[in-house]
Amino acid sequence: MFEIKNKEHFSENVVRLDVYAPEIARSRKPGHFVIVRSNPDGERIPLTIADADVKAGTIALVVQAVGESTRRICGLEPGQSLADIVGPLGRPTEIFNSGTVVCCGGGVGVAPLSPIIKAMKEAGNTVISILAARNKDLIILEKQVREHSDEVIIMTDDGSAGKKGLVTDGLRELLDSRKIDRVVTIGPAIMMKFVAALTKEYNVPTICSLNTIMVDGTGMCGACRVTVDGKKRFVCVDGPEFDAHQVNFDEMMMRMRAYN
Amino acid sequence: MEKEKDTARGRNDSWREELRRSMSAAERTAIPRVSMRMLDPAERIHSNSEVNLGLTPEQALQESTRCLDCPEPGCITGCPVSIDIPGFIKNIQRGNLTEAARILKETSALPAVCGRVCPQEKQCESRCIYLRMKKSPVAIGWLERYAADEHLKTARNAEHHTDSHSKEREERRKIAVVGSGPAGLSFAGDMVRRGYDVVVYEALHEIGGVLKYGIPEFRLPNSVVEAEIEALRDAGVTFHKDTVIGKTLSYDDLLNEGFSGIFVASGAGLPRFMGIPGENLIGVLSSNEFLTRVNLMGAGRPGAQTPVPHGKCVAVIGGGNTAMDSVRTSLRLGAERAMIIYRRGIEEMPARAEEVEHAMQEGVEFLTLCNPIEYIGDEKGRVRAIRVQRMTLGEPDASGRRSPVPVEGAVDTIEVDEVIVSVGVSPNPLIPNSIDGLEISSRGTICVNEDMQSSLPLIFAGGDIVRGGATVILAMGDGRKAAAAMHSYLNGEQS
Repeated sequence: MFEIKNKEHFSENVVRLDVYAPEIARSRKPGHFVIVRSNPDGERIPLTIADADVKAGTIALVVQAVGESTRRICGLEPGQSLADIVGPLGRPTEIFNSGTVVCCGGGVGVAPLSPIIKAMKEAGNTVISILAARNKDLIILEKQVREHSDEVIIMTDDGSAGKKGLVTDGLRELLDSRKIDRVVTIGPAIMMKFVAALTKEYNVPTICSLNTIMVDGTGMCGACRVTVDGKKRFVCVDGPEFDAHQVNFDEMMMRMRAYN
Repeated sequence: MEKEKDTARGRNDSWREELRRSMSAAERTAIPRVSMRMLDPAERIHSNSEVNLGLTPEQALQESTRCLDCPEPGCITGCPVSIDIPGFIKNIQRGNLTEAARILKETSALPAVCGRVCPQEKQCESRCIYLRMKKSPVAIGWLERYAADEHLKTARNAEHHTDSHSKEREERRKIAVVGSGPAGLSFAGDMVRRGYDVVVYEALHEIGGVLKYGIPEFRLPNSVVEAEIEALRDAGVTFHKDTVIGKTLSYDDLLNEGFSGIFVASGAGLPRFMGIPGENLIGVLSSNEFLTRVNLMGAGRPGAQTPVPHGKCVAVIGGGNTAMDSVRTSLRLGAERAMIIYRRGIEEMPARAEEVEHAMQEGVEFLTLCNPIEYIGDEKGRVRAIRVQRMTLGEPDASGRRSPVPVEGAVDTIEVDEVIVSVGVSPNPLIPNSIDGLEISSRGTICVNEDMQSSLPLIFAGGDIVRGGATVILAMGDGRKAAAAMHSYLNGEQS
């Protein structure tokens, strides 16, 4: 059913899979995610959609092998299939021209960020992208991001590519040097937490995209609940994007450890 | 009017008159109600096997003989879909199980399911004449299950190949069904029988909706649900899993694909929480999440990759069927202490009496007149205790049940390592939000007229997305009603 048409290794643990899912390819928008089950015994896990090719009927998933389920998915080869993909789920990103937008992506968070970067550019924004990773080898999708960004800043923890430092170091420099109207951040929860704390200082509206534990992905289970502005919200149907200044990241990170 | 006709139907057939004459009322009413054979509690809490084993043929004969075949049967009026109850029971007594099953199928799309999950003690059995004699009512639910199971064992493929294949495919109109739970399945069955091409879309990776993800195997085996779904497939219904209407395919997509009508039966999706402190701690989860992990994803079974908490000391909040299902599932996952925490008394519990009884047999503790007010976590954010407010019963509320009132200062702390919140569900907003012009109530349910037709004439709706949280039998009743109404609407429109 959901056949893998193409596979590309981004790094040792990160692959891009182009999977045949024509209905989703047609209906997805930037910001959407899918729920994937690799095999009949597998769990249902949420993965963001990095790209889609309506003509070929494929969607691109960028997957990092971190646990049993993601390892299985990363181990699949072209010609093999995923048992189930359902989507596109969640609310799409609100795309509008707000002036200058900084898109901060960390690790595989760059994958779901890349369609947003493209859409932001198409909406007339000046787009500055900051890509961050531990080292040079873990920077992904740089070419696509450059294609749709006015400016790209690379940050690595060890300085093996771009500037040495964290995403927030690059972002602070921008916030200090020019007028930024909006920030979008997708990456590890801890990174988004610090991006949010920084942009709050500068009072710049910031959206983040959360990737929590989910089962059904349609609002049924409540496993993905987070506290936003003191209220209980479901990432799957109310999100996955929220006002980063209102998200309780500490609670979210705690809940991510529920099954560890 | 129709109901009266139903009531009288077949009662004057000579075989039935003969059956009535064959034994006096005094003799009949002297027969005791049968006992359901069931797995031993000590054994069953280590397995997922169905607890009730069903009636033997001898028991079914004895129980069906008890039925007095009343001239004005109260049981039918107690049934939400007015099944011809004496009709099917008397057919069991005379040994015609095919006819008994046919009568059931006339009204209930999934009798093997209803015989297991209907709250009979609040419906049909609550109106049985035996109660007026201070005796146990006829075991209508068990007899329904018996007839349906026996029928499924035998002649399932012989039926319903009626007019569904009589028309050329291209002439037939296509109908879409959103959701494959009880409402969707009963609608699909009725429409395929009327000669429509029926396509059912299901968001999950399994067909059956709440019958699969919600109700545990020990109460409703998947094989029973599968048999019903297979029968629908045989009759020509097409099922598409992994498809979320409003997301994967839009309402316009469905119209463009040539569907003449759409039945929305997407269920009550969102779990409710109480909004008390600590509810987001690790180890506090909704019954939907807990049951879905176990029932749909197979968590706890060898090979399954989906995890689920295996609490040693589990509290389930709520008094409904889902709460009973959750607490009994937690026992089967190895809980040493499993308890129900409910703010009213046992009598006020909305769960089926049989489920409460089974839970008690299995050693579930019932902490009634207790309301959680806070969850307390450890340094890792895992729940370790609940603070409960003791309650007392005050005046009856809108539901007629006495409403709980806090007892001032009476707060206890109970140590737990898992909490399952089972305090109801809200309608899933996915469909309501994705179709422009669909009228939605303030509760988030789809508004329909008496024909189950929504504000958009091609869209009908039924089950929990309309009711907000009801029973399997009512959902099925909605499906049947909507099928009849949509059929006449589409034909009226055509002529």
